Amino acid sequence: MTNLVVRGRTWKFGKNISTDLIMPGAILWGHVRGEGRKAAIMPNRPGWAASEVRPGDIIVADTNFGCGSSRPAPRILREELGVAAVVAESFSRLFQRNAVNIGFPVLICPGIVAAVEEGDEIEVNVDTGVVRNLTRGTEIRGEAYPPDSPPGQLLRMGGLRPFLERWLEEHPEVKAKREAARR
Amino acid sequence: MGMTIAEKILAKHAGVDSVKPGQYVWCKVDATSGHSLRALELLGVDRVWDPERVFIVDDHQAPPPTIEVANRMRETRRLVKKYGIKHYYEYGRGGILHQVFAERGMYAPGELIAQGDSHSTSGGVFNACVTNANMDAVHILAFGDLWFRVPESVRVVLNGTLPAWCVGKDVILKVASELGTDYGLYKSVEYVGPVAAQMTLAQRWTISNMGVEVGAKFALFEADAKTDAFLKDRVTRPYEHVTADPDAAYEAQYEFDLSTLTPMVARPGDPGNGVPVESVLTEHVKIDQAFLGSCTNARLEDLEVAARIIKGKQIHPDVRMLVSPSSQEVFGQALKAGYLEILADAGALVEHSTCGPCYGGHMGVLGDHEVCISSSNRNFQGRMGSPLAKVWLASPATVAASAIAGEIVDPRQYL
Repeated sequence: MTNLVVRGRTWKFGKNISTDLIMPGAILWGHVRGEGRKAAIMPNRPGWAASEVRPGDIIVADTNFGCGSSRPAPRILREELGVAAVVAESFSRLFQRNAVNIGFPVLICPGIVAAVEEGDEIEVNVDTGVVRNLTRGTEIRGEAYPPDSPPGQLLRMGGLRPFLERWLEEHPEVKAKREAARR
Repeated sequence: MGMTIAEKILAKHAGVDSVKPGQYVWCKVDATSGHSLRALELLGVDRVWDPERVFIVDDHQAPPPTIEVANRMRETRRLVKKYGIKHYYEYGRGGILHQVFAERGMYAPGELIAQGDSHSTSGGVFNACVTNANMDAVHILAFGDLWFRVPESVRVVLNGTLPAWCVGKDVILKVASELGTDYGLYKSVEYVGPVAAQMTLAQRWTISNMGVEVGAKFALFEADAKTDAFLKDRVTRPYEHVTADPDAAYEAQYEFDLSTLTPMVARPGDPGNGVPVESVLTEHVKIDQAFLGSCTNARLEDLEVAARIIKGKQIHPDVRMLVSPSSQEVFGQALKAGYLEILADAGALVEHSTCGPCYGGHMGVLGDHEVCISSSNRNFQGRMGSPLAKVWLASPATVAASAIAGEIVDPRQYL
């Protein structure tokens, strides 16, 4: 299950933040390892990934966040940096779908850039689409995923893997074969 | 209410009469790529829904530069055998997936395909809905279907007559510079009008390829005799051209008069940073590398124009020129036509067909502060290597002319 309500401190990013910035080729292809990995993330903002962002923080971005290559950039944000959610004016389709597929909360929220100053504490509810600015006492509504839509289901279940696991529960013959193969 | 091309194709694959933008549908998919076979195996599924409709080629890192990559390719070959995948293309017989899969008959008008790699919008040139699927491809491999949100459609009308020495690359850099790199976000973009008809298939292909650079889910052209000529002998199954209904609903329509277009370059940082190359001449932008390659612009006519410009001249001594045809089939054609000989004689490095330099992976990664002019698709910070390097995007003609001059120049002065 994805945690549908998250609270955290915000970092703001501009328009067209590409996956070449979030997950540079050097990381994708293993040219940097260990501590060097974090330092390579977001070269447009030196020092941010290595020493500023903390687990539980939330990214607020302008339009077209995650544009470019379809590399698994949401995973980098969540697993390497501990980013809890991304709220953006808009996302690239590929980034958004990659995020939903791993149960990483991403919310489209027109007006978010004006509603949040960097460092504000916000609460993001991807179930209702409501973003509360706890620092300023304001509220703005983004585009919630309908609960019965495929992305709505995927996000609520925690991604494609649990989605497929459920399918396996409904198909015991395949599941039995898999368990036999694992023994 | 009539339907757009994407709405017709999605409705047909969902088994319904009509669909509307915003609706979620489960669709049968006609083909996919096999990048998720290992995930399928881990799930315990021991067959793919249709081994004839799964395509695999190793393009990003072949031949392997490291033992780790070599072992990953061994794993791919094992899975290909295990699942009986018919369309696997070993290096030497492959190339870049978007080109190779087309050459091997993966795409036909009216089809719906979701596959690995962001530049999958390339397939829209064949009047087919082709887009990217990453993890989702596991679902296709297992069941042959996938969910889609029916996109809003927008229309880009390319009016006028394309001037000599302007090609599809100049058109898309111009359109992206005016509309921004998100005019196609979540949408199906249809490119129509006299210039769409005038362009060669390869030029349209560049525009569909860069569909993802403007955010598009699909980047579609109508099919015509040029489409059919390419598909002849490659696609043997029956297909029908799909056109939009006259009363189809578009969220927006953008008109461009391209009769006065001049060669374009995109300044470093974003594909939407397009400006006429004339406007940067006084900056005398010195280049370290000129790259003619990638799924965007390394087809036969791209190599031909480069050879025509470079013939009898030498690559500037301070410049390395890399040439990587879009597939081994194109490599062979360019070899027989003499283009590769001309380029090699001029001092260019002719590589095999690879994605390597475009994504900063291998076969020509940029170092700190280096400047590259590239026929590829992306110039984001760090795209081709060092985050301190700078990448300019341009047509093959502009890349070739600049490689001789040592700085970014207007190709019209060299022809």
